[in-house]
Amino acid sequence: MSENWIEVGSLNDIPQLGARVVERPEGDIAVFRTKDDEVFALRDHCPHKGGPLSQGIVTGTKVACPLHDWKINLDSGEAVAPDEGCAASYPVKMEGDKIMLSLTPAEGCPNK
Amino acid sequence: MKEKLVLVGNGMAGVRVIEELLKLAPEDYDITVFGEEPYGNYNRIMLSPVLAGDKTIDEIMLNDEQWYIDNDIKLHKGKKITEIDRVNRKVVAEDGTEEPYDRLLLATGSTPFMIPVPGNDLEGVIGFRDIKDVDSMLDSSKKNKHAVVIGGGLLGLEAANGLMLQGMSVTVVHLMDTLMERQLDEPAAKMLKKSLEDKGLHFLMEAQTEAIVGKDKVEKVRFKDGSEIYADLVVMAVGIRPNFELAQQFGIHCERGIVVNDTMQTFDPRVYAVGECVQHRGLTYGLVAPLFEMAKVCANHFAKMGISRYEGSVTSTKLKVTGIDLFSAGDFQGDENCEELVFQDAARGVYRKLVVQDNKIKGTVMYGDTIDGTWYFDLMRDGTDISDFRENILFGQAHLGDSGHGEDNRVAMMSDSAEICGCNGVCKGDIVNAISEHNLFTLDDVRSYTKASSSCGSCTALVESLLAHTVGGDYSVAPHLKPICPCTEHTHDEVRAGIKSQSLKTVQSVMDSMDWKTGGCTKCRPAINYYLLCQWPDEYQDESQSRFINERAHANIQKDGTYSVIPRIWGGDTTPEELIAIANAAKKFNVKTVHVTGGQRIGLYGLKKEELPVIWEDLGKAGLVSGHAYGKALRTCKTCVGKEWCRFGTQDSTGLGIKLEKLTWGSWTPHKYKLAVSGCPRNCAEATIKDFGVVCVDSGYELHVAGNGGIKVRATDLLCSVTTEEEVMEYCAAFMQIYREEAHYLERTAPWIERVGLTYVKERVIDDPEGRKAAAERFAFSQKFSQDDPWGERAKGVDANEFTPIKKLG
Repeated sequence: MSENWIEVGSLNDIPQLGARVVERPEGDIAVFRTKDDEVFALRDHCPHKGGPLSQGIVTGTKVACPLHDWKINLDSGEAVAPDEGCAASYPVKMEGDKIMLSLTPAEGCPNK
Repeated sequence: MKEKLVLVGNGMAGVRVIEELLKLAPEDYDITVFGEEPYGNYNRIMLSPVLAGDKTIDEIMLNDEQWYIDNDIKLHKGKKITEIDRVNRKVVAEDGTEEPYDRLLLATGSTPFMIPVPGNDLEGVIGFRDIKDVDSMLDSSKKNKHAVVIGGGLLGLEAANGLMLQGMSVTVVHLMDTLMERQLDEPAAKMLKKSLEDKGLHFLMEAQTEAIVGKDKVEKVRFKDGSEIYADLVVMAVGIRPNFELAQQFGIHCERGIVVNDTMQTFDPRVYAVGECVQHRGLTYGLVAPLFEMAKVCANHFAKMGISRYEGSVTSTKLKVTGIDLFSAGDFQGDENCEELVFQDAARGVYRKLVVQDNKIKGTVMYGDTIDGTWYFDLMRDGTDISDFRENILFGQAHLGDSGHGEDNRVAMMSDSAEICGCNGVCKGDIVNAISEHNLFTLDDVRSYTKASSSCGSCTALVESLLAHTVGGDYSVAPHLKPICPCTEHTHDEVRAGIKSQSLKTVQSVMDSMDWKTGGCTKCRPAINYYLLCQWPDEYQDESQSRFINERAHANIQKDGTYSVIPRIWGGDTTPEELIAIANAAKKFNVKTVHVTGGQRIGLYGLKKEELPVIWEDLGKAGLVSGHAYGKALRTCKTCVGKEWCRFGTQDSTGLGIKLEKLTWGSWTPHKYKLAVSGCPRNCAEATIKDFGVVCVDSGYELHVAGNGGIKVRATDLLCSVTTEEEVMEYCAAFMQIYREEAHYLERTAPWIERVGLTYVKERVIDDPEGRKAAAERFAFSQKFSQDDPWGERAKGVDANEFTPIKKLG
C-alpha cells in the first residue's frame, strides 16, 4: 500500500512533455508530465550511469536519459529492452489540479 | 471482430511482414500461418554456413514455435495449401484444413530449377534450397566420395565449398566460360576460380550436361561432348524459379512471378504477395534485402497506414565462402557510354573495378579486399557525383581525409578484441556475437543490442561492414533514402519540403500532416524543431521540450548532472574587466574547474542548475553573453593576432574574426558550426579544420569551407579567394545560410559537402552572385530574431521553472 503522500505543486507547474524535480536529501525525484497530462514520478537517477532523468526528453510515456539516451518507461521505471535496469517509481495521484506524490516507492526496483 | 490474415509460406519474407505488422498494429488481425516445411521460420541465407559446418540449424532459426504462441499466431507446419477459394475467401490445405481470410498474403518463395535432362529425378540428385536439401547433402557426404555441382553461380559455389569442407571431392560444372558471370567480370571471375582451385575444388567449364546416368541412383554425369564423370551426389544450382503455381492456378495474374504493384497487392485486392515469388515492375528478386523492403511496405498497408511504396531495389552480392572476399553490385559490365576505373594488384590478390557514367557509379566488382563495397554501393544508390574525389576513389574511403579511422577499416582482418566503437567500448567480437545470437539484420538492431555506432556515429561504416560480413552480402541495407527515424517514412528533405509547402508551423502539425507513426522521439523532434525555426525565423515559437537539455538549459550537462558555463569571448579577444568578472564569478560560485577551451574561451565547470541564472546575471553585468558552447549553433571564431602584432601578419585577422562572430552569433545550425581567421598562411588559428575558415594572404582572403577536427579530421576545401572584408562577410553569411537551409539535422558541413559536392556549393556561392546575395540577406533576416542573449533573458526570469525544483524537502 502506498502512503506518505505529499503535495508537490499543480499540473501547470510542469510543462507538457517536461519534468520538474522534487529535491530530497535521500535522493531527488523527477515528476513528469506527458502530452496527455498524465503525471509520473521516478527516482531522478538513470539505472545506467545515474543521469538525471528529469533533464531528458519526454516522448510518449518514456523519457530518454540526457547522458546516454537510455529510454526509461515512466510508468514502471524499467529501461526499454534490450537495455536492462530500472529507476524506482513513486505513486502519483491528482487531486483536482494538485499533484500528490507518495514518498514510498512502488515495489520491485532496487534503485531507490 | 478482428480481421483474419492468412500467410501462405512460413519463410523469411512472409514472417518479416508479420513482424513488421506486429510492431505497427499488434491488435488488428487474427493471424494464421501455413508452412510446408516442418520447422519454424529460419534464415535461409545461412544454409551455406550450415553446410560448411560453421553453424548449426538451431543457430539459424529466426522464430521458434514459442514465438508464434507468444504472439497468438496459429501455425500450421508441414501443411501445403492446395486451394485458394477467392469467392468464399478461404484457403484449403492438402489434408483438408481450411482457414477463412479477409486478407491473404502469399509468400511462396521459389524452387530450384532442375535442368530438364534424362535422369534428373534419380536418387541423389537434389537442389539447394532448404533444410531437407542440406540434410541430404550432409548425409551423402558421410557415405560417399564424389559430388558434382551443376552451376557455377553464387549458390553453386557455396554448395560446392560446403561439400568440400565435409570431405567430398567436388567438381563444379558450369555452362559458361567464367564463374558467376551475372555478378563478376572476367578478371574477378578468374581470380575467384584460382582461389577456389587452390582450396581444392575442380571445375569443368563450358560443359553442357546431357544426362545424369544411373540405375537406381545417380552414378555418372554425361556431357554433350561424350565425356563422363563419376558422381554419388548431384546438386543442381543453376537458378531458382519463383513459386507461383498456386496463385496462377486460382486465377491470380502471374507472368514470371506473381505480379504485384508498388503496395505489394496482386490483381485480387484482398491478396498480397511478397518475396521471391513476386514479380514487381518486371523484376524478380532472390536476395534478402529486397524481401525485407517489400515486407515493410506490405505491413504498412496491412496496418492501414497506406503511405508506403516499394519502388524496387538495387542489390549487391557477396559470396559466403570463408577466406574469399568478393563484392558485386549494379551494372558492372557497362557499355560504350561508360568508363571503367580499374585497380589491380595480382600479387596481393586485389581487384577493383568501378563502372562510371557521367561521374556517377553504375556498378562495381571487387575481389580480395571488399571493405569499401558498402561505400561504393551507397555512392551508387545515392547517385553521388564523384568528380570531386575521383582520382582517389579506387583507393577507398580511408584515403578521403578520413585519417581518424583509415587503417582500422580492414574489418575482416581485425581481431575479435579490436575496438570498433570507441564511444561505447564495443569490440568486433561483441558485434559479431550479437548479430548471430539475436539474428540481427539491420544497423538499428545492432545499435540497440550493442550500442555500437549509437553515439557519435563515426564507426557506422565499420558496423555496416561487419553486418555485411557476418550475415553475408544480402543483409538488409538501409533503404535508398533514409527516413529521419523509425517514427516516419519521410526523409529529412521531404520533411523540410513539407514544412515549406504546407506552411506547417508547429512540431505537432508536422507530425500530424506527415503521418507520423508515434508522438515523435529524441531523433525526430529536435530535427523538426530546427527545421521549423530555420524556415520561419520570425514566426516560429521554439519548442523547448523538443530540444536536448543542453539547448533547453543553455548550458552543457556534465556526467554528474552539473553544468558548465562558457561565456562568449569575441574572436578570442578579451579584456581585464571581463577576466575579473569571470574570476569573481568562479570564486563566488566555488567553481571546481576553470578551463581554457579549444575555442579560445574560458569554461567554468560544476555549476548546479539552480545557480545558472544567477551566475549569468553576474557575468552579464560585465557585458558577457552566452557562448552557445552547448548548442547546435555558431560556436566560436578563433583568430590569431594578425598584422597588428605579428611580424608575418598580412591582414587584421582579429578584427575580422570579431566582425564575423558578431555577424553569426546566436544562429542555430544543423550541427555545431565553427569559424576561424588566420592572419597568414602559417595558419595559427587552424582555419583549415573549421566549418568556415579564412586564411589572410597579402592579396586578400582565402575562404575555406567544410573542415572539422573531431572524430574524423577533415581539412577544408578551398572555396575561393576574395579581396575585401565585405566580401568575406557576404560569402560567410551565404555559405552558412545555404548549409542551414539544406543540410540534414546533425549533419556537419563536412559530410554535407561530401554528399552534395563542392561543385554544387561553388555553383551556389560563387557562380551565382544574385543567389549569394539573397542567401546572405535571408541569413541577416533570420539573425534579427536570434541575437538576443539567452542568458540575459533567463537572468531576468524567462523559463524560471526550468531552473528551480518544484519542491524542496528536508
